[in-house]
Amino acid sequence: MPVYRDEAIVLRVHKLGEADRIVTFLTRGNGRVRAVAKGVRRTTSRFGARLEPFSHVDIQFHVGRNLDTVTQVEALESHGPSLSSDYPRWTSGSAMLETAERMTPVEREPAQQQFLLLVGGLRALVAGEHAPSLVLDAYLLRSLAVAGWSPSFDACAKCGELGPHRAFSITGGGALCAECRLPGSASPGAETLTLLGALLSGDWAAADASDERNRREGSGLVAAFLTWHLERGLRSLPLVERS
Amino acid sequence: MYEGVVQDLIDELGRLPGIGPKGAQRIAFYILQTDLADVRRLAELLLEVKEKVHFCVECGNVAQEERCRVCLDPRRDLTAICVVEEPKDIVAIERTREFKGRYHVLGGAISPIEGVGPDDLRIRELMTRLADGTVTEVIIATDPNLEGEATATYLTRFLAPLGVAVTRLASGLPVGGDLEYADEVTLGRAFEGRRRVDRQAP
Repeated sequence: MPVYRDEAIVLRVHKLGEADRIVTFLTRGNGRVRAVAKGVRRTTSRFGARLEPFSHVDIQFHVGRNLDTVTQVEALESHGPSLSSDYPRWTSGSAMLETAERMTPVEREPAQQQFLLLVGGLRALVAGEHAPSLVLDAYLLRSLAVAGWSPSFDACAKCGELGPHRAFSITGGGALCAECRLPGSASPGAETLTLLGALLSGDWAAADASDERNRREGSGLVAAFLTWHLERGLRSLPLVERS
Repeated sequence: MYEGVVQDLIDELGRLPGIGPKGAQRIAFYILQTDLADVRRLAELLLEVKEKVHFCVECGNVAQEERCRVCLDPRRDLTAICVVEEPKDIVAIERTREFKGRYHVLGGAISPIEGVGPDDLRIRELMTRLADGTVTEVIIATDPNLEGEATATYLTRFLAPLGVAVTRLASGLPVGGDLEYADEVTLGRAFEGRRRVDRQAP
Protein backbone atom coordinates (compact mmCIF):
# COMPACT_ATOMS: atom_id res chain seq x y z
CA MET A 1 0.00 0.00 0.00
CA PRO A 2 2.23 2.86 -1.21
CA VAL A 3 -0.38 5.59 -0.62
CA TYR A 4 -3.53 5.85 1.45
CA ARG A 5 -6.15 8.53 2.00
CA ASP A 6 -7.94 9.47 5.21
CA GLU A 7 -9.75 12.26 7.02
CA ALA A 8 -7.82 13.81 9.89
CA ILE A 9 -7.51 16.53 12.51
CA VAL A 10 -4.06 18.05 13.00
CA LEU A 11 -3.10 17.63 16.65
CA ARG A 12 0.43 18.93 16.84
CA VAL A 13 3.36 20.03 14.67
CA HIS A 14 7.12 19.77 15.26
CA LYS A 15 9.86 21.42 13.27
CA LEU A 16 12.08 19.06 11.28
CA GLY A 17 15.27 20.13 9.53
CA GLU A 18 15.35 23.33 7.49
CA ALA A 19 11.78 23.65 6.26
CA ASP A 20 9.91 20.43 7.10
CA ARG A 21 7.53 19.50 9.88
CA ILE A 22 6.50 16.30 11.62
CA VAL A 23 2.73 16.53 11.93
CA THR A 24 0.67 14.42 14.33
CA PHE A 25 -2.84 13.62 13.07
CA LEU A 26 -5.85 11.90 14.57
CA THR A 27 -7.38 10.15 11.57
CA ARG A 28 -10.82 8.65 11.10
CA GLY A 29 -9.63 5.24 9.96
CA ASN A 30 -6.01 4.85 11.04
CA GLY A 31 -5.96 6.32 14.54
CA ARG A 32 -3.04 8.55 15.47
CA VAL A 33 -0.55 8.98 12.63
CA ARG A 34 2.72 10.91 12.58
CA ALA A 35 3.91 12.00 9.14
CA VAL A 36 6.50 14.25 7.55
CA ALA A 37 5.23 17.30 5.67
CA LYS A 38 8.05 18.47 3.43
CA GLY A 39 8.77 22.15 2.83
CA VAL A 40 5.68 23.37 4.71
CA ARG A 41 7.58 26.04 6.66
CA ARG A 42 8.46 27.87 3.45
CA THR A 43 6.18 30.79 2.58
CA THR A 44 5.73 29.27 -0.88
CA SER A 45 4.44 25.96 0.51
CA ARG A 46 1.28 24.77 -1.25
CA PHE A 47 -0.29 23.20 1.81
CA GLY A 48 1.53 24.59 4.86
CA ALA A 49 -1.48 26.63 6.00
CA ARG A 50 -3.72 23.55 5.86
CA LEU A 51 -1.48 21.65 8.26
CA GLU A 52 -1.85 23.94 11.26
CA PRO A 53 -3.26 22.49 14.52
CA PHE A 54 -7.10 22.28 14.60
CA SER A 55 -7.31 21.84 10.79
CA HIS A 56 -9.79 19.19 9.64
CA VAL A 57 -8.39 17.84 6.40
CA ASP A 58 -8.80 15.25 3.68
CA ILE A 59 -5.28 13.93 3.32
CA GLN A 60 -3.15 11.51 1.35
CA PHE A 61 -0.07 9.85 2.82
CA HIS A 62 2.76 7.99 1.17
CA VAL A 63 3.89 5.05 3.28
CA GLY A 64 7.46 5.44 4.46
CA ARG A 65 9.92 3.17 6.24
CA ASN A 66 9.69 5.00 9.56
CA LEU A 67 7.33 7.93 9.07
CA ASP A 68 4.79 8.40 6.29
CA THR A 69 4.96 11.50 4.07
CA VAL A 70 2.10 13.88 3.39
CA THR A 71 1.56 14.11 -0.37
CA GLN A 72 -1.79 15.95 -0.72
CA VAL A 73 -4.02 17.94 1.61
CA GLU A 74 -7.46 19.45 1.11
CA ALA A 75 -9.04 21.51 3.89
CA LEU A 76 -12.48 20.37 5.09
CA GLU A 77 -12.73 22.82 7.99
CA SER A 78 -10.16 25.30 9.22
CA HIS A 79 -10.90 25.96 12.87
CA GLY A 80 -7.55 27.58 13.63
CA PRO A 81 -8.21 31.19 12.58
CA SER A 82 -11.44 31.53 14.59
CA LEU A 83 -9.86 29.89 17.66
CA SER A 84 -6.60 31.84 17.62
CA SER A 85 -8.52 35.13 17.66
CA ASP A 86 -10.16 34.20 20.98
CA TYR A 87 -7.63 33.32 23.68
CA PRO A 88 -9.91 31.36 26.09
CA ARG A 89 -11.28 29.28 23.21
CA TRP A 90 -7.78 28.66 21.82
CA THR A 91 -6.38 27.46 25.16
CA SER A 92 -9.43 25.19 25.62
CA GLY A 93 -8.97 23.81 22.11
CA SER A 94 -5.27 23.17 22.77
CA ALA A 95 -6.21 21.10 25.83
CA MET A 96 -8.66 19.12 23.65
CA LEU A 97 -5.94 18.36 21.08
CA GLU A 98 -3.50 17.26 23.78
CA THR A 99 -6.17 15.04 25.35
CA ALA A 100 -6.90 13.42 21.99
CA GLU A 101 -3.21 12.69 21.56
CA ARG A 102 -2.88 11.21 25.04
CA MET A 103 -6.05 9.13 24.67
CA THR A 104 -4.57 7.44 21.60
CA PRO A 105 -1.21 6.23 22.92
CA VAL A 106 -0.68 3.58 20.23
CA GLU A 107 -0.04 4.84 16.71
CA ARG A 108 -2.23 3.44 13.91
CA GLU A 109 -4.70 1.85 16.31
CA PRO A 110 -8.10 2.93 14.94
CA ALA A 111 -9.90 5.32 17.30
CA GLN A 112 -12.92 6.45 15.34
CA GLN A 113 -14.98 7.41 18.39
CA GLN A 114 -12.19 9.65 19.70
CA PHE A 115 -11.92 11.19 16.21
CA LEU A 116 -15.65 11.90 15.95
CA LEU A 117 -15.71 13.27 19.49
CA LEU A 118 -12.84 15.67 18.70
CA VAL A 119 -14.49 16.83 15.46
CA GLY A 120 -17.73 17.53 17.37
CA GLY A 121 -15.89 19.19 20.26
CA LEU A 122 -13.97 21.56 17.98
CA ARG A 123 -17.13 22.45 16.07
CA ALA A 124 -18.91 23.25 19.35
CA LEU A 125 -15.94 25.35 20.48
CA VAL A 126 -15.89 27.34 17.22
CA ALA A 127 -19.69 27.78 17.20
CA GLY A 128 -19.38 29.67 20.50
CA GLU A 129 -22.87 28.77 21.73
CA HIS A 130 -21.52 27.59 25.10
CA ALA A 131 -18.73 28.80 27.39
CA PRO A 132 -15.36 27.39 26.22
CA SER A 133 -14.62 25.88 29.64
CA LEU A 134 -17.96 23.97 29.54
CA VAL A 135 -17.22 22.63 26.06
CA LEU A 136 -13.76 21.58 27.23
CA ASP A 137 -15.05 19.80 30.34
CA ALA A 138 -17.81 18.07 28.34
CA TYR A 139 -15.18 16.90 25.85
CA LEU A 140 -12.82 15.66 28.59
CA LEU A 141 -15.61 13.71 30.33
CA ARG A 142 -16.82 12.11 27.09
CA SER A 143 -13.27 11.33 26.01
CA LEU A 144 -12.76 9.54 29.35
CA ALA A 145 -16.05 7.70 28.78
CA VAL A 146 -14.98 6.59 25.28
CA ALA A 147 -11.72 5.30 26.80
CA GLY A 148 -13.76 3.27 29.32
CA TRP A 149 -13.22 5.52 32.34
CA SER A 150 -16.63 7.15 32.56
CA PRO A 151 -17.12 8.67 36.00
CA SER A 152 -20.41 8.24 37.83
CA PHE A 153 -22.10 11.43 39.04
CA ASP A 154 -25.39 10.04 40.31
CA ALA A 155 -25.38 6.35 41.24
CA CYS A 156 -22.69 5.07 43.62
CA ALA A 157 -19.66 4.03 41.55
CA LYS A 158 -19.12 0.99 43.82
CA CYS A 159 -22.52 -0.50 44.73
CA GLY A 160 -24.75 1.27 42.19
CA GLU A 161 -27.15 2.70 44.78
CA LEU A 162 -29.04 5.58 43.18
CA GLY A 163 -28.01 9.04 44.31
CA PRO A 164 -27.52 11.88 44.69
CA HIS A 165 -24.55 11.18 46.96
CA ARG A 166 -22.33 13.63 48.80
CA ALA A 167 -18.91 11.97 48.43
CA PHE A 168 -16.86 12.03 45.22
CA SER A 169 -13.71 9.94 44.87
CA ILE A 170 -11.29 10.24 41.97
CA THR A 171 -9.78 6.83 42.70
CA GLY A 172 -13.18 5.28 43.43
CA GLY A 173 -14.63 6.19 40.01
CA GLY A 174 -16.98 9.03 40.97
CA ALA A 175 -19.86 9.56 43.40
CA LEU A 176 -19.92 7.20 46.40
CA CYS A 177 -22.69 6.43 48.86
CA ALA A 178 -22.17 6.82 52.62
CA GLU A 179 -21.49 3.08 52.93
CA CYS A 180 -18.88 2.92 50.19
CA ARG A 181 -17.24 6.30 50.89
CA LEU A 182 -13.43 6.05 50.64
CA PRO A 183 -11.00 7.98 52.85
CA GLY A 184 -9.92 11.22 51.17
CA SER A 185 -13.13 11.56 49.15
CA ALA A 186 -14.12 15.11 48.21
CA SER A 187 -17.50 16.59 49.10
CA PRO A 188 -18.40 18.80 46.13
CA GLY A 189 -21.66 20.75 45.97
CA ALA A 190 -24.69 18.82 44.73
CA GLU A 191 -25.08 21.38 41.90
CA THR A 192 -21.51 20.66 40.78
CA LEU A 193 -22.22 16.94 40.39
CA THR A 194 -25.46 17.79 38.56
CA LEU A 195 -23.47 20.05 36.21
CA LEU A 196 -20.88 17.34 35.49
CA GLY A 197 -23.65 14.82 34.84
CA ALA A 198 -25.27 17.30 32.44
CA LEU A 199 -21.97 17.82 30.60
CA LEU A 200 -21.46 14.07 30.24
CA SER A 201 -25.00 13.45 28.96
CA GLY A 202 -25.21 16.56 26.79
CA ASP A 203 -27.89 18.43 28.75
CA TRP A 204 -26.67 21.86 27.62
CA ALA A 205 -29.67 23.77 28.97
CA ALA A 206 -28.73 22.67 32.51
CA ALA A 207 -25.01 23.22 31.90
CA ASP A 208 -25.47 26.75 30.53
CA ALA A 209 -27.64 27.67 33.52
CA SER A 210 -24.96 26.64 36.05
CA ASP A 211 -23.14 29.28 38.08
CA GLU A 212 -19.45 30.13 37.99
CA ARG A 213 -18.59 28.58 41.39
CA ASN A 214 -19.92 25.16 40.35
CA ARG A 215 -18.16 25.38 37.00
CA ARG A 216 -14.82 26.03 38.70
CA GLU A 217 -15.32 23.21 41.20
CA GLY A 218 -16.41 20.86 38.38
CA SER A 219 -13.37 21.77 36.24
CA GLY A 220 -11.10 20.92 39.17
CA LEU A 221 -12.73 17.50 39.57
CA VAL A 222 -12.55 16.77 35.84
CA ALA A 223 -8.87 17.76 35.72
CA ALA A 224 -8.08 15.55 38.73
CA PHE A 225 -10.03 12.62 37.25
CA LEU A 226 -8.25 12.97 33.91
CA THR A 227 -4.80 13.25 35.50
CA TRP A 228 -5.46 10.13 37.62
CA HIS A 229 -6.34 8.03 34.56
CA LEU A 230 -3.67 9.42 32.23
CA GLU A 231 -1.08 9.02 35.04
CA ARG A 232 0.43 12.39 34.05
CA GLY A 233 -1.22 15.80 33.88
CA LEU A 234 -1.83 17.63 30.61
CA ARG A 235 0.67 20.44 29.99
CA SER A 236 -1.99 22.65 28.46
CA LEU A 237 -4.66 22.29 31.15
CA PRO A 238 -3.10 24.73 33.69
CA LEU A 239 -2.82 27.31 30.89
CA VAL A 240 -6.53 27.18 29.96
CA GLU A 241 -8.13 30.55 30.58
CA ARG A 242 -11.44 29.77 32.25
CA SER A 243 -13.31 33.04 32.22
CA MET B 1 30.39 2.61 17.79
CA TYR B 2 33.71 4.40 17.43
CA GLU B 3 36.50 4.56 19.97
CA GLY B 4 36.45 6.98 22.90
CA VAL B 5 36.74 10.62 21.92
CA VAL B 6 35.42 10.20 18.34
CA GLN B 7 32.19 8.68 19.64
CA ASP B 8 31.98 11.42 22.31
CA LEU B 9 32.23 14.04 19.56
CA ILE B 10 29.53 12.30 17.48
CA ASP B 11 27.28 12.11 20.55
CA GLU B 12 27.76 15.81 21.35
CA LEU B 13 27.16 16.89 17.73
CA GLY B 14 24.07 14.71 17.65
CA ARG B 15 22.57 16.80 20.46
CA LEU B 16 22.53 19.90 18.24
CA PRO B 17 19.14 20.87 16.73
CA GLY B 18 18.42 19.36 13.33
CA ILE B 19 21.44 17.02 13.40
CA GLY B 20 20.80 13.29 13.50
CA PRO B 21 23.25 10.42 14.06
CA LYS B 22 24.34 10.25 10.40
CA GLY B 23 24.84 14.01 10.15
CA ALA B 24 26.80 14.01 13.43
CA GLN B 25 29.06 11.27 12.08
CA ARG B 26 29.63 13.20 8.85
CA ILE B 27 30.57 16.41 10.70
CA ALA B 28 32.84 14.51 13.11
CA PHE B 29 34.81 12.97 10.23
CA TYR B 30 34.96 16.32 8.45
CA ILE B 31 36.53 17.78 11.62
CA LEU B 32 39.01 14.87 11.82
CA GLN B 33 40.17 15.54 8.26
CA THR B 34 40.36 19.34 8.61
CA ASP B 35 43.54 21.34 9.37
CA LEU B 36 44.28 21.80 13.05
CA ALA B 37 44.29 25.61 12.68
CA ASP B 38 40.75 25.64 11.28
CA VAL B 39 39.47 23.35 14.02
CA ARG B 40 41.18 25.48 16.69
CA ARG B 41 39.56 28.61 15.25
CA LEU B 42 36.15 26.94 15.37
CA ALA B 43 36.69 25.81 18.96
CA GLU B 44 37.84 29.29 20.00
CA LEU B 45 34.84 30.88 18.29
CA LEU B 46 32.45 28.55 20.10
CA LEU B 47 33.95 29.57 23.43
CA GLU B 48 34.11 33.24 22.47
CA VAL B 49 30.48 33.41 21.38
CA LYS B 50 29.39 31.82 24.64
CA GLU B 51 31.52 34.16 26.76
CA LYS B 52 30.93 37.44 24.91
CA VAL B 53 27.41 37.30 23.54
CA HIS B 54 24.52 38.09 25.87
CA PHE B 55 20.91 39.09 25.48
CA CYS B 56 20.20 42.84 25.34
CA VAL B 57 18.76 44.04 28.67
CA GLU B 58 16.38 46.32 26.77
CA CYS B 59 14.94 44.22 23.93
CA GLY B 60 16.24 40.67 24.37
CA ASN B 61 18.18 40.65 21.07
CA VAL B 62 21.65 39.08 20.97
CA ALA B 63 24.31 41.64 21.90
CA GLN B 64 28.02 41.83 22.67
CA GLU B 65 27.48 44.71 25.10
CA GLU B 66 24.78 45.26 27.69
CA ARG B 67 22.54 46.69 24.94
CA CYS B 68 22.28 45.53 21.33
CA ARG B 69 23.32 47.49 18.23
CA VAL B 70 19.72 48.52 17.46
CA CYS B 71 19.00 49.81 20.98
CA LEU B 72 22.28 51.78 21.02
CA ASP B 73 21.61 53.42 17.64
CA PRO B 74 20.43 57.03 18.29
CA ARG B 75 18.92 57.28 14.77
CA ARG B 76 16.25 54.65 15.48
CA ASP B 77 12.66 55.79 15.93
CA LEU B 78 11.82 55.57 19.64
CA THR B 79 8.06 55.76 19.08
CA ALA B 80 7.67 52.34 17.39
CA ILE B 81 8.42 48.88 18.76
CA CYS B 82 8.24 45.74 16.66
CA VAL B 83 7.52 42.62 18.72
CA VAL B 84 9.10 39.41 17.40
CA GLU B 85 9.41 35.85 18.68
CA GLU B 86 13.16 35.26 18.22
CA PRO B 87 16.32 37.32 17.60
CA LYS B 88 16.60 35.76 14.13
CA ASP B 89 13.32 37.46 13.18
CA ILE B 90 15.03 40.83 13.76
CA VAL B 91 17.64 39.93 11.13
CA ALA B 92 14.87 39.06 8.66
CA ILE B 93 13.06 42.38 9.25
CA GLU B 94 16.30 44.41 9.14
CA ARG B 95 16.98 42.95 5.67
CA THR B 96 13.81 44.70 4.41
CA ARG B 97 15.15 48.18 5.45
CA GLU B 98 11.49 49.15 5.95
CA PHE B 99 11.41 49.46 9.73
CA LYS B 100 13.32 52.19 11.56
CA GLY B 101 12.04 51.65 15.08
CA ARG B 102 13.22 49.32 17.82
CA TYR B 103 12.44 45.70 18.63
CA HIS B 104 11.26 43.54 21.48
CA VAL B 105 12.03 39.82 21.52
CA LEU B 106 9.42 37.70 23.31
CA GLY B 107 11.55 34.56 23.39
CA GLY B 108 8.94 32.34 21.68
CA ALA B 109 5.19 32.09 21.31
CA ILE B 110 2.45 30.91 23.65
CA SER B 111 1.98 27.17 23.15
CA PRO B 112 -0.21 25.46 25.78
CA ILE B 113 0.40 22.03 24.25
CA GLU B 114 4.17 22.51 24.78
CA GLY B 115 3.57 23.96 28.25
CA VAL B 116 4.64 27.50 27.25
CA GLY B 117 2.37 30.13 28.80
CA PRO B 118 2.39 33.96 28.82
CA ASP B 119 4.56 33.99 31.97
CA ASP B 120 7.35 32.21 30.07
CA LEU B 121 7.64 35.06 27.57
CA ARG B 122 9.07 38.58 27.98
CA ILE B 123 5.64 40.23 28.08
CA ARG B 124 6.17 41.94 31.45
CA GLU B 125 9.38 43.54 30.09
CA LEU B 126 7.39 44.86 27.10
CA MET B 127 4.84 46.47 29.41
CA THR B 128 7.68 48.11 31.35
CA ARG B 129 9.08 49.59 28.12
CA LEU B 130 5.68 51.06 27.26
CA ALA B 131 5.14 52.61 30.69
CA ASP B 132 6.75 56.03 30.00
CA GLY B 133 4.46 56.83 27.03
CA THR B 134 7.23 57.37 24.45
CA VAL B 135 6.09 54.46 22.30
CA THR B 136 2.99 55.23 20.20
CA GLU B 137 2.88 52.12 17.99
CA VAL B 138 3.48 48.44 18.70
CA ILE B 139 3.84 46.26 15.60
CA ILE B 140 3.20 42.60 16.38
CA ALA B 141 5.39 40.51 14.08
CA THR B 142 4.93 37.06 15.57
CA ASP B 143 5.01 34.13 13.12
CA PRO B 144 1.94 33.83 10.83
CA ASN B 145 1.01 30.45 12.31
CA LEU B 146 -1.60 29.59 14.94
CA GLU B 147 0.68 30.04 17.93
CA GLY B 148 1.90 33.37 16.58
CA GLU B 149 -1.69 34.52 15.95
CA ALA B 150 -2.84 33.47 19.42
CA THR B 151 0.15 35.24 20.99
CA ALA B 152 -0.80 38.36 19.01
CA THR B 153 -4.39 38.07 20.28
CA TYR B 154 -3.14 37.77 23.87
CA LEU B 155 -0.79 40.77 23.49
CA THR B 156 -3.47 42.91 21.85
CA ARG B 157 -5.75 42.38 24.82
CA PHE B 158 -3.12 43.87 27.14
CA LEU B 159 -1.84 46.58 24.79
CA ALA B 160 -5.17 48.02 23.60
CA PRO B 161 -6.09 49.67 26.96
CA LEU B 162 -2.70 51.45 27.06
CA GLY B 163 -3.71 53.75 24.20
CA VAL B 164 -0.88 52.76 21.82
CA ALA B 165 -1.64 51.86 18.22
CA VAL B 166 -1.38 48.08 17.90
CA THR B 167 -0.74 46.77 14.38
CA ARG B 168 -0.10 43.29 12.97
CA LEU B 169 1.99 42.40 9.93
CA ALA B 170 -0.15 41.70 6.85
CA SER B 171 -0.58 38.13 5.62
CA GLY B 172 -1.29 37.04 2.11
CA LEU B 173 0.16 35.92 -1.17
CA PRO B 174 3.92 35.49 -1.53
CA VAL B 175 5.54 37.76 -4.09
CA GLY B 176 6.44 35.78 -7.21
CA GLY B 177 3.87 33.03 -6.60
CA ASP B 178 0.93 31.84 -8.70
CA LEU B 179 -2.58 32.61 -7.45
CA GLU B 180 -3.92 29.20 -8.52
CA TYR B 181 -1.52 27.43 -6.15
CA ALA B 182 -2.39 29.51 -3.09
CA ASP B 183 -4.16 27.57 -0.35
CA GLU B 184 -7.60 28.77 0.79
CA VAL B 185 -6.37 29.98 4.22
CA THR B 186 -3.67 32.23 2.75
CA LEU B 187 -5.94 33.43 -0.06
CA GLY B 188 -8.70 34.15 2.48
CA ARG B 189 -6.27 36.23 4.53
CA ALA B 190 -5.18 38.07 1.41
CA PHE B 191 -8.82 38.97 0.72
CA GLU B 192 -9.33 40.10 4.32
CA GLY B 193 -6.30 42.36 4.09
CA ARG B 194 -6.98 43.75 0.61
CA ARG B 195 -6.36 47.47 0.12
CA ARG B 196 -7.69 50.14 -2.19
CA VAL B 197 -5.31 51.01 -4.98
CA ASP B 198 -7.36 53.82 -6.55
CA ARG B 199 -6.67 56.18 -3.63
CA GLN B 200 -2.91 55.92 -3.61
CA ALA B 201 -0.97 59.14 -3.93
CA PRO B 202 0.18 59.79 -7.52
